[in-house]
Amino acid sequence: MPQMTLIQAINDAMRVEMRRDSTVIVMGEDVGLNGGVFRATEGLQKEFGENRSIDTPLAESGIVGAAIGMAVYGMRPIAEIQFDGFMPPAFDHIVSHAARLRWRSRGRFSLPLVVRAPLGGGIRALEHHSESPEAWYIHTPGLKVVIPSNPYDAKGLLISAIRDPDPVIFFEPKRIYRAFRQDVPEGDYAIPLGKASTVREGSDVTLISWGAMVRVCMTAIEEAEKKGLSVELIDLRTLSPLDIETILNSVSKTGRAVIAQEAPRTCSLGSELVALINERLLLQLQAPVGRVTGYDVPIPYFTMENYYLPDVGRVLKGIEKTVSF
Amino acid sequence: MAQMTLVQAINDALRVEMRRDSTVIVMGEDVGLNGGVFRATEGLQKEFGENRSIDTPLAECGIVGTAIGMALTGLKPVAEIQFDGFMPPAFDHIVSHAARVRWRTRGRYHLPMVVRAPYSGGIRSPEHHAESPEAYYAHTTGLKVVIPSNPYDAKGLLIAAIRDPDPVIFLEPKRIYRAFREEVPEGDYTVPLSQAKITRAGKDVTVVAWGTMHYLAQKAVEKAAEQKIDCELIDLRTILPFDAETIVNSVRKTGRMVVIQEAPRQCGFASEIIALINDKAMDVLQAPPLRVAAPDVVVPLARLEDYYLPDVGRIVKGIQKVFNA
Amino acid sequence: MAQTTNSQAHSNRYGIPYIQVLDVEGKADPAAVAALGLTQDDIKKMYRWMVTARTFDERALALQRQGRLGTYAPLSGQEACQIGSGFALKPDDWMFPSYREHAVQAIRGQRWLDVLTYWGGSEEGNRIPDNVNNFTISIPIATQVCHAVGAAWAMRIRGKKAAAIAYFGDGATSEGDFHEGLNFASVFKAGTVFFCQNNQYAISVPRAKQTHSETIAQKAIAYGIPGIQVDGNDIFAVYKTTKDALERGRAGEGPTLIEAVTYRMSHHTTADDWTRYRPAAEVEEWKKKDPILRLRLYLQKQNLWSEADDQRLQEEAKAEIASVVQEYEALPKRDIEDIFKYVYAEMPWNLKEQLGELREYLAEHGGDLPKE
Repeated sequence: MPQMTLIQAINDAMRVEMRRDSTVIVMGEDVGLNGGVFRATEGLQKEFGENRSIDTPLAESGIVGAAIGMAVYGMRPIAEIQFDGFMPPAFDHIVSHAARLRWRSRGRFSLPLVVRAPLGGGIRALEHHSESPEAWYIHTPGLKVVIPSNPYDAKGLLISAIRDPDPVIFFEPKRIYRAFRQDVPEGDYAIPLGKASTVREGSDVTLISWGAMVRVCMTAIEEAEKKGLSVELIDLRTLSPLDIETILNSVSKTGRAVIAQEAPRTCSLGSELVALINERLLLQLQAPVGRVTGYDVPIPYFTMENYYLPDVGRVLKGIEKTVSF
Repeated sequence: MAQMTLVQAINDALRVEMRRDSTVIVMGEDVGLNGGVFRATEGLQKEFGENRSIDTPLAECGIVGTAIGMALTGLKPVAEIQFDGFMPPAFDHIVSHAARVRWRTRGRYHLPMVVRAPYSGGIRSPEHHAESPEAYYAHTTGLKVVIPSNPYDAKGLLIAAIRDPDPVIFLEPKRIYRAFREEVPEGDYTVPLSQAKITRAGKDVTVVAWGTMHYLAQKAVEKAAEQKIDCELIDLRTILPFDAETIVNSVRKTGRMVVIQEAPRQCGFASEIIALINDKAMDVLQAPPLRVAAPDVVVPLARLEDYYLPDVGRIVKGIQKVFNA
Repeated sequence: MAQTTNSQAHSNRYGIPYIQVLDVEGKADPAAVAALGLTQDDIKKMYRWMVTARTFDERALALQRQGRLGTYAPLSGQEACQIGSGFALKPDDWMFPSYREHAVQAIRGQRWLDVLTYWGGSEEGNRIPDNVNNFTISIPIATQVCHAVGAAWAMRIRGKKAAAIAYFGDGATSEGDFHEGLNFASVFKAGTVFFCQNNQYAISVPRAKQTHSETIAQKAIAYGIPGIQVDGNDIFAVYKTTKDALERGRAGEGPTLIEAVTYRMSHHTTADDWTRYRPAAEVEEWKKKDPILRLRLYLQKQNLWSEADDQRLQEEAKAEIASVVQEYEALPKRDIEDIFKYVYAEMPWNLKEQLGELREYLAEHGGDLPKE
């Protein structure tokens, strides 16, 4: 079995699907000849040609708008937005149209569209290149929002996203694009959307996370275990629709929960999870649900980025605080 | 003192400020000659001229983008977006720039601008005319988000918003634009931002609402009172930055909370209010907190709209659930 | 003013003028040069600015490769576009850059140090001096076009005789903001100069794939405003065209679209690799049209500049930039309050709490972040 980085797994997912299904195309800025600024689409134009791996003009709104039209016609476009911070120009097409077409047409049209974008900070990048905007899309009915935390999941989830009849916003944690390799099967396999992964079982507290923060959490858990704590780690994988069953079963078991996210705190997915757990499991909770989050500030430029990004120490502190309540 | 509807109060606020401060201008589609599709800017072009009440081309992105440039160079633009559902084309300018200019320039520049829009549903309108998008902006630090629920507050809050040195998203619940009149002082007064109001003191259940939902909640708490449930009703008024103290103090008194939100439930602003109590007052809760919110679906068209919008009955039911838990 | 159609130009179907004063060999019609209204000192100043800009650029590139600077967007090859247009701006005019206009920022009164500070990952680089009407670097493409229009429009409304200039590339002309901005400016006669540095590439996408229009300048026709193509590597042509457009704007005659035809000699940013998508031969061809070379040839031909002068200037520029780098590397560490301080005029409760949380955390780890 080959070892792949996350970016290679994403590349492979697209290649596998483009071979299997000729209606799958990729499109975006610099994705064709250049293979994408992160090389996510490397080699695809060479193998499949200019009509299936398309260099678009510089226009996020146009890219997503045109992709919607293509999907209505019967293609399965994978539109790449070059960085998280460049999604806003496409916001109208995503929330006013992509999210609503099935509902608006009573199912006559469905939109098997994937919008992929690298997400998150930690690579010492420029402004608008380190955003964590998932909450906006989670709040938008009609979209699915997915974020892998490792190469194996990345390939399987992206294949599922491409095959999904509804629009999927597929975020890729750029900080770990090349951070490590993993065994990733060749060929075709899919990981279902809407299912979280219990990465580690434990009994004292449930730690919920996604994307690049999952690895930070794993390191924090190692430290916590040295102190005799038993932490259950859930990698959400799909942020919308949430795997509520896995979340609630775990928190019922442990009675304590901490959410670790890179995104700013107020009105985020973390807030939603706290609300859900409080509404449904208040009586089982032995402590307030903890949130370890980015601050309510724009992510600082890179000389102070590390103060913003929740690190192992802050996640550990969150765990300890919740356990000792 | 005059009796005014909410939209008249808005109009009056604009007039008062435009008389007081020659740098205040209004701009938007149909705001000038036509006085705005809801007549919010009625009479302003006649009084102040075409350079201060400006009919713009049909371009939300351009309206907010140019308003930013104007705010940079000494004007106080009040940009109108014709309907909530048309804010997305301006999303990039709002979240990538308006929200960040002070932070990005270390305070060298700031943007004293307002983006106002009629918002939320219940008027049997076409698609994209009944949206409740406050959560998108609540999640965007650097913005202020204000939602009045009555004419008196509408005038005072809008004047305060115009005078605020930072960008304010001012959402006006169109369903109650003309629903009732109220005594509104002539001339100049402000209602401070970031201050919630206790509309009705009570000891059994804290009910938090804003906009049209507050208007409905007022009726609901009267019905609840008939059933001997004594509610404390809080009108949040400013969504960001919000008045945490008033909410926490209230829940410390009542031990029970229900939050009413017209927007879809998942990752809406009500989740942050639940999270607030989780963080600061979980120990006093005598019942799980509850959100009464619209379901996670697209706003239906007129015929099914009433099933979607939280109504007095559902608010009462929420109060009862929390009271009886 | 020499107007030519050369191989860079087009069928001129729409009557777009193409302006060149100084050719690649450094020759110019003396009458055309005189019409610029520049003194010999001015021209030498322009030359000095271009050389300094390139010296800065090359040093910044080197710093990034050494890990001493973050991702950086080089301006090499576009010095005439930036210094030529920058020279025509007056202090009351407003300047709205994209993210490659370091030389314009500098000639307008921001320090080279500030430019390095920004690309070195600190917001302090955006703390523009109070008396300098520059807006900040804009990363989202083309959005600054609308901002510039708003500023010019506001100045018109307020009766201020100043203009605004927006800088952007060929790629930006595909964005909605470009079109909305031109439309607004034309409807409201906002004195905006839309300065497109057509450097032939938007990262890897060549100009021919960005738009089907033969020229970018002709897009102005759709908006009812003048559109002019200019040889972007000819500093005299850039200066004159920009000056005329700014004067139009200040006089209330409305906006102008200038397409400066130039070339991005280096990568899109240091995270890019141009060898993947364009031939080295193309780059070599454009070296012959280098803007700095051209002006030097002119000065030499006019007996205004010697080898010794050039040698001295190169050394002075290197020394100036070396001193800037020293200052940059000695920048003090900032207090964490800087992360929270500039979100609102007054810090709301949630930010105060979060600042407190972070301070507490740092105190628990000896005053700074724990090493991982």
